[in-house]
Amino acid sequence: MGKIRSAKIRNAKIADKIMTIVFYCIALLFLMLLLVLALYVVIKGFVDFKLEYLSFNRKGIGNQFFNTLYLVFLSLLISVPLGTLAGIYMSEYAKQGRITKFLRISIETLSSLPSIVVGLFGYLVFIVMTGARWNLMAGALAVSILSIPLITTTTVDAFKSLEVGYKNGSLGLGATHWQTIYHVMLPACFPRIMTGIILAAGRGFGEAAALLYTSGMSTDINWSNWNLSSATCALNPFRPGETLSLLIWASRSEAVSANATQIANLSSAVLMIMVFTFSIGARMLSRRINKKAKGC
Amino acid sequence: MDSKISISDLNLYYGSFQALKNINMDVKSNEITALIGPSGCGKSTFLKTLNRMNDLEENVKIDGSILLDGIDIYHEMDAILLRQKIGMVFQQPNPFPKSIYDNVAYGPRILGIRKKHDLDEIVENSLRKAVIWDEVKDRLNKSALSLSGGQQQRICIARTLAVNPDVILMDEPTSALDPISTSKIEDLAVELKKNYTIVIVTHNMQQATRISDKTVFFLLGETIESGETHEIFSRPKDKRTEDYITGRFG
Amino acid sequence: MNQKRNMFQKEYFWHGLVTIGGCFMIVLTLAIGVFLVYKGSASFTTYGHKITEFLFSSKWNPADSSTGGGSIGAAIYIYGSISTCALALLIATPFSIAAAIFMTEIAPKLGIHIFQPAVEIFVGIPSVVYGWIGLTVLVPAIKNIFHLTYGFSVLAAGIVLAVMIFPTITSVTADAIRSVPTQFRQASYGLGATRWQMIRTVVIPSAKSGIYTGIILGLARAFGEALAVAMVIGKTRAFPKNILSSTNNLTASIASDMGGAMEGGEYNSALWSMALLLFLISLLFIFIIHSISSKEEKKINGKN
Repeated sequence: MGKIRSAKIRNAKIADKIMTIVFYCIALLFLMLLLVLALYVVIKGFVDFKLEYLSFNRKGIGNQFFNTLYLVFLSLLISVPLGTLAGIYMSEYAKQGRITKFLRISIETLSSLPSIVVGLFGYLVFIVMTGARWNLMAGALAVSILSIPLITTTTVDAFKSLEVGYKNGSLGLGATHWQTIYHVMLPACFPRIMTGIILAAGRGFGEAAALLYTSGMSTDINWSNWNLSSATCALNPFRPGETLSLLIWASRSEAVSANATQIANLSSAVLMIMVFTFSIGARMLSRRINKKAKGC
Repeated sequence: MDSKISISDLNLYYGSFQALKNINMDVKSNEITALIGPSGCGKSTFLKTLNRMNDLEENVKIDGSILLDGIDIYHEMDAILLRQKIGMVFQQPNPFPKSIYDNVAYGPRILGIRKKHDLDEIVENSLRKAVIWDEVKDRLNKSALSLSGGQQQRICIARTLAVNPDVILMDEPTSALDPISTSKIEDLAVELKKNYTIVIVTHNMQQATRISDKTVFFLLGETIESGETHEIFSRPKDKRTEDYITGRFG
Repeated sequence: MNQKRNMFQKEYFWHGLVTIGGCFMIVLTLAIGVFLVYKGSASFTTYGHKITEFLFSSKWNPADSSTGGGSIGAAIYIYGSISTCALALLIATPFSIAAAIFMTEIAPKLGIHIFQPAVEIFVGIPSVVYGWIGLTVLVPAIKNIFHLTYGFSVLAAGIVLAVMIFPTITSVTADAIRSVPTQFRQASYGLGATRWQMIRTVVIPSAKSGIYTGIILGLARAFGEALAVAMVIGKTRAFPKNILSSTNNLTASIASDMGGAMEGGEYNSALWSMALLLFLISLLFIFIIHSISSKEEKKINGKN
């Protein structure tokens, strides 16, 4: 019995060692894949770099870069207040039970919508039904539909993880519910909510399918025109605005322009860098939050 | 009777903190040895050195020697084999989220025993030895988590027995249980010592007097006094032992 | 006294505002559902097609006008979506689970400091970038390796989707593994198991429902992906002969055809029906995830 047992144990230990090696290999593969992907995109983007690619006209991606930032900015303008309010409602005011159940289902449904479906909805409501042409605002609204559930969930989680003492302390001093929220709880939750906002922004940069039929695939900005109602004014949100991601999509058929490939490569690189920056930014912010929490 | 387990000059460090100081002890076969002492004095840590569960934690340094049947368990024996010779029952009953059968058959299956007939036999024997066969024989396929706390603990004991150990370590096995389950497990321990060696950590001094043959008093990582249970409790030699037993601290 | 009234007015004001915020969410969701059903059912109500034709026929020839009379068999697209997603799952799942095990059991310190951030970064990469790399690197590679005319294929789409859903499945699985109680691991080691035996026989079975959830989430993400797939799948309106043939799927065809289809026409309505189908499928996924976790809850609660 003893000999058989030792043999079985030896086999088990060999299997354990083999599996450990297998796991290390897969992990290495995964890391290498990410590294190669990132490096490839960034290097390819800048390999045939010509300064004119960054220009703010038809030859460069400057306009699209601006459109991307502006669109995300607009969508945050809409989704942050709505999302935070909805989140506050859900965690502080709504009667726990049926209403919160409906809210939770809504949030889940909204966040699992394929972005092309959201884009179609946006197309229907913001373009067809309003009779408008492609415009940035419609795109921003479509992206908001995607960001609102994220920000709401972040807000709800942030409130849930607050020390109960904050709320009780404030109420105990005679403050109203809203005063407590506004002066005590929101500021305490702020860093966490900020992380969610940064993540939502990051996602917004890369959004494409929702913008196909809302903000359009063309852009024509005249940087000397500051007449807000003009279709070529940079700051007019009701003009069409191709974003970086749609520029990449457009380049898939090389008949678009001679430099389409290089432009798309550069756009990919820029998008990657933006996403990395925001992802790392959100990480660093949440690490600072955790450090502070532990410090207290 | 030779010692089943011989501990000499055992020291254990968690980083720079010394948790066990110069432990010397002999555990005799077919006896119940109780480890008593206030919380946090190293009793559980010591128990875990006996089956090398401490190996799984970070920053643990051990020196000294522990011999099982004369073999050094740290330098001359494989940890996996050791854990099959020295089994452990934990404070919180921790049956796996599997059926009762699969829980008890877990150990043998790890050892490569596959034949249903062999496993059935082992499972029944172990459940009988743990005095729980009659209660569960008709629902071996039900989840072990559907049992009461006391029953779960006896399943854990059966699970340990299924691996056919020589020694059973029990780390406060009844502290989370009600009095009736506690007494069932105490009776079980007394019955088991006929065929196994048992080392039990307990906070409950009455439990030590009820079931153990030898008692060792731990204080701040050291063994203050050890000896026959009735001697320790009626005529303790060290004042600290006496203070603890009479409830002046602890 | 006035101050107090002010306080309460403010309270009511903000209370009202947040309630509007909350209701807005519910209204928005309902609106999307209603519009999709309205537009998507036009194929069946206005143009008189049967649902069975839509789902099972591969004759796709809708008229781009409001007179109708064409056919809207979307079976090719449905099959395209299913096959690419199934392939993606097949490729990604084993690697994801292995990576998750590595992150949590084999090298947890590396896991927290290197892999967790790596997974998060992976998730953030925009899908068009994946599609672009697929188009410029993967498609030519497949074309060369397998000596085809084009590299656009189910394989290309499957690989691109697999890379996209890999971080999703990995992080959900890692969470599920982390939430397996330590006592189980201790009991397993105490009985003389090796680490791999412990993972295989205790940790993974206990984390099963979380792993299934991760897989469904990955599947949902793959199903809804439009542009990345469109760039590499080939847009061929035919059933793929094998993994190396090009084909088309629901999301890609909506993305490319919606712009040209006349508003309100039969073609347009057919595309909306596809969108409705996508919507219903994502609801189905939510439902499946919920039933997995409520089954799990019943198991835990039914025991204690």
